[in-house]
Amino acid sequence: MGPPAFLGRPTYWLIVVATLAFAFLPLWHDNVELREELLLAAIYVTLAANLNLMIGYAGYINFGNIVFFGLGGYLCMWLVSSHGWPLVAAALVGAAGVSLLALLFGLGILRLRGAYFALATIGVNEGVKAFVANFTPWGGSTGIYLPIDAFAELGGPAKALWVIYFLLVAVMGASLLVSFGIKNSKFGLGLLAIGQNEDAAVVLGVPAPRYKALVYSASAFLPAVAGALFFFKSAFIQPDDAFDLVFSTEAIVGVMLGGQGTVIGPALGAFLYEELRSTLLTAETFSNFQMVIAGVLLLLIVLFVPGGLMGWIHRRWPRTKRVLE
Amino acid sequence: MFGILASILDGVLVGAVYGLAAMGLTLIWGVMNVINLTHGAMIVAGMFGLYYLASVAGLPVYAAIPPIALAGFCFGVCLYWVSVHRVIGRPPLMSLLATFAANLVLIGLGTAAWGTVLFNVPVSLPGISHGGYTFTGTHMMAAVLTAAIAGLLYLFLYRTRPGKAIRAVAGNREAAELNGIPTTQVLALAFGLGVALACASGALIATLFPFTVLSGAAYQLKSFVVTVLGGLGNPAGALLGGVALGLLEGAMTPFMPVSWTSIVEFVVFVIVLIAFPAGLFNFRR
Amino acid sequence: MRRQFLIAAAALLAALPAFAAGEDTLTIGFTVSQTGALNLDSLAQQHGFEMWRDEVNAAGGIKAGGKRYQVRFVTYDDQSQGGRVQQLYTRLIVQDHAQFLFSPYSSGLVATATVISEQYGKLMMSIGGAEGKTYQLGNHYLFQTYTPADHYLSGAIELLKDKDPGAKIALVYSDDPFSKAVATATRDQAKQAGLAIVMDESYPPSQTDFSAIINKVVASGADALLGGGHYPDGATLARQLYDQKAKLKWATLLVAPDSPQFASLGPAAQGISVPSQWAPQVTYKPDFGPTPAEFTKRFQAKYNMAPGYHAAGGYAGGLLFQRAIERADSIDPAKVAAELNQMKATTLWGGTQFSTDPKSHGLQLAHQMVLTQWQMQGGKLVKEVIWPTSAATAKIAFPYR
Repeated sequence: MGPPAFLGRPTYWLIVVATLAFAFLPLWHDNVELREELLLAAIYVTLAANLNLMIGYAGYINFGNIVFFGLGGYLCMWLVSSHGWPLVAAALVGAAGVSLLALLFGLGILRLRGAYFALATIGVNEGVKAFVANFTPWGGSTGIYLPIDAFAELGGPAKALWVIYFLLVAVMGASLLVSFGIKNSKFGLGLLAIGQNEDAAVVLGVPAPRYKALVYSASAFLPAVAGALFFFKSAFIQPDDAFDLVFSTEAIVGVMLGGQGTVIGPALGAFLYEELRSTLLTAETFSNFQMVIAGVLLLLIVLFVPGGLMGWIHRRWPRTKRVLE
Repeated sequence: MFGILASILDGVLVGAVYGLAAMGLTLIWGVMNVINLTHGAMIVAGMFGLYYLASVAGLPVYAAIPPIALAGFCFGVCLYWVSVHRVIGRPPLMSLLATFAANLVLIGLGTAAWGTVLFNVPVSLPGISHGGYTFTGTHMMAAVLTAAIAGLLYLFLYRTRPGKAIRAVAGNREAAELNGIPTTQVLALAFGLGVALACASGALIATLFPFTVLSGAAYQLKSFVVTVLGGLGNPAGALLGGVALGLLEGAMTPFMPVSWTSIVEFVVFVIVLIAFPAGLFNFRR
Repeated sequence: MRRQFLIAAAALLAALPAFAAGEDTLTIGFTVSQTGALNLDSLAQQHGFEMWRDEVNAAGGIKAGGKRYQVRFVTYDDQSQGGRVQQLYTRLIVQDHAQFLFSPYSSGLVATATVISEQYGKLMMSIGGAEGKTYQLGNHYLFQTYTPADHYLSGAIELLKDKDPGAKIALVYSDDPFSKAVATATRDQAKQAGLAIVMDESYPPSQTDFSAIINKVVASGADALLGGGHYPDGATLARQLYDQKAKLKWATLLVAPDSPQFASLGPAAQGISVPSQWAPQVTYKPDFGPTPAEFTKRFQAKYNMAPGYHAAGGYAGGLLFQRAIERADSIDPAKVAAELNQMKATTLWGGTQFSTDPKSHGLQLAHQMVLTQWQMQGGKLVKEVIWPTSAATAKIAFPYR
């Protein structure tokens, strides 16, 4: 048995290099500014890469994708604050719970097609947000606050911020590898077939309901872990921040901008979008313009370049299709 | 006992306006299979329209509604040509994202221009009081105007040439094309009409409650729920759906904390989407 | 003659370093809710900060460790959102090198900002953060200027017990950390005063349609309405109460009626009372800084409007920082914190003393609240202090209209 095939694929190495770069660049000169910026970028990439499984592969737009991020955050925070669990255990168990919930929700809404499904995902997100805002064990609308000494288990606040950062970079790397792995598997082929023409795929023997449920559930896991880590770092979580439709939208923009259906595209698109966003965050006149710019970008892509950045690159330089997937 | 009845009646009055808000959405959806995600922004546009015409320019409040509807129509036609025309034939995913993107731009510009400050158009009309409860004049006027606008819409769709053309294109686009109907223009007309309805409903809502640039999102969600309840492409169904939603809200609030009503609405929304995709009030098919 | 000249020149040369070594800057960072639901109150608070900064800098700056520091603000718009607050405070500390921090406005945002200030070991003066729970999360460098939320409605309860011991209360409040904390305390206080609560409900902060809630208030037979939240919902609730002609004897709403803009509601504003951290008519005798009357005059001259308690709180926050830095004679956070921990002072704002109990560090112990009411005088709406009666400037209007 020779070495696994993926070791020969440039995309695999690209993912490894990018992940290592994220991990080591801020360490040089203890660059806290860079770390904070890359942390947000890692979260956007994670969300986009997992969302791509639904939008890019299976062809189902999950408008309310942020519900996984928020629920992952809530389950983790609840386990940590009410039951004293350590962070990693709480994040993983919480994410597993979210995947299970996704499977349950999926059973209901995955029968819907196209726009109906998209609207239903918004309904799910808003419904969960409204429920959590009334759910007293989870703090209701006030949310959950962690005492400052919750960071003691990770060695104090300063050290904890680094640990959480590395964990998030690992989650980002895992998301990209999962995206890569699925695309080059039989499962992925089935999903792409569903995305092209679901009825034809079913006729050809693709077990569509099972695959859809699997990918919906799978696309929930890593964003849930990311949510758990992010909200633990913030030491508080509340419904409006956890289930923010704007954030959900930005993930979609990232996927479309970079090129839905590719592996690198969503990551690239999410990264570029986040850089743009953080520049606008503090710019006096333009701090609200991020939505306008996101909207204009998205409109231009949908109208003229539906394949996004990667789609354009692939058409311009067809050789890159094998190298940059 | 009267308290519950008052609550229900009030809910029905406001629900009628929700129905009006949804009529524009369902019309566009039914005619060209496009979900107009700028719907919320258009409702807000109507709200601001009323503020500027009535509070700033001093027009009588209800007289400002026709110009707002007209402006909405023109804007809707433009929006059609900019965002929607290119994506009509393409997969629904694309048209969804196109109107979504247009919405981002509009709300972003609105937030940049007006921030998220609360605006209010103070309107007072004599209401009807009974036993400590008051039905405000504004609620009643809004319901009456909604009925009037719905009536006008019916007349337009069933008694005028352009209206019948819209219904023809909604029924079967190719057949209409073959019959010599200029479908692209009809689609633009229908889109403009849908947006006009959204703006008019926004203006009416502004007579009832204060608003911010971001208020549209909540009403857009309500419009989705109502549209789904009433059945896509069915304006009469939308009105009934709105009244039903208002009735449900009014019946629930005396018995449970007000903050629970939105949970119930979303549960209803998802259930109706899954179990009754044709809507509850779709009496035709 | 020549000798005197030389001596004078020498003296001048010796004094020059004192002039040159003056201008260091002290950077204070904070976010303001320039947009979003909290913007009216937050901007009022910012006026207070800025007036303090301008006066301090005009007088030569803050004196510490042999240097004089000009105060410089770095501010960002947090849009009244918790998520942005954390990103922005991190930026203020890491990129803008803020040495001290003011809190954002409103309890929820203060709690989220505290996580950052504690993570990086920076002192934060909390103005506009009344909820007590924020101070129980184990902080070292957070200091509260406001009276905690628990005491907001205690004045109204005492007043009701005095004027109408059998009054039935409807508690209708916004579902946010501050208002919920007030409601929790009010329930206990009402029970102890023997007043019945016949309706007890919260609404989402973004609520604009209160007709259903008001119907429920009427149905419950309540005599008094207590609650509200911040400006947008409070103002809307007041307006709709008037439109729906709800028959009540008393209404006290949180925060909203304190803003001068509340008077624009006209007849809907009349009789509404608000628990106030401060009013221009108070008569505290300050240990340092201007008197309430002087502050009010200067504020009116600078901003062309009367100051509300948010502005006064902002000004006081700056004043307290200045005092602590000057007494510590250093800008080292630990030394300034030690000064604040032992401070027992009175300013235009009232009493100030911070709790040093680790379980509730920074909680305000000494500051008192007043109840003010909008009353119609000669056709104009005027805000008068009505409680405690010892500090009152007008008689209580009961029933409120």
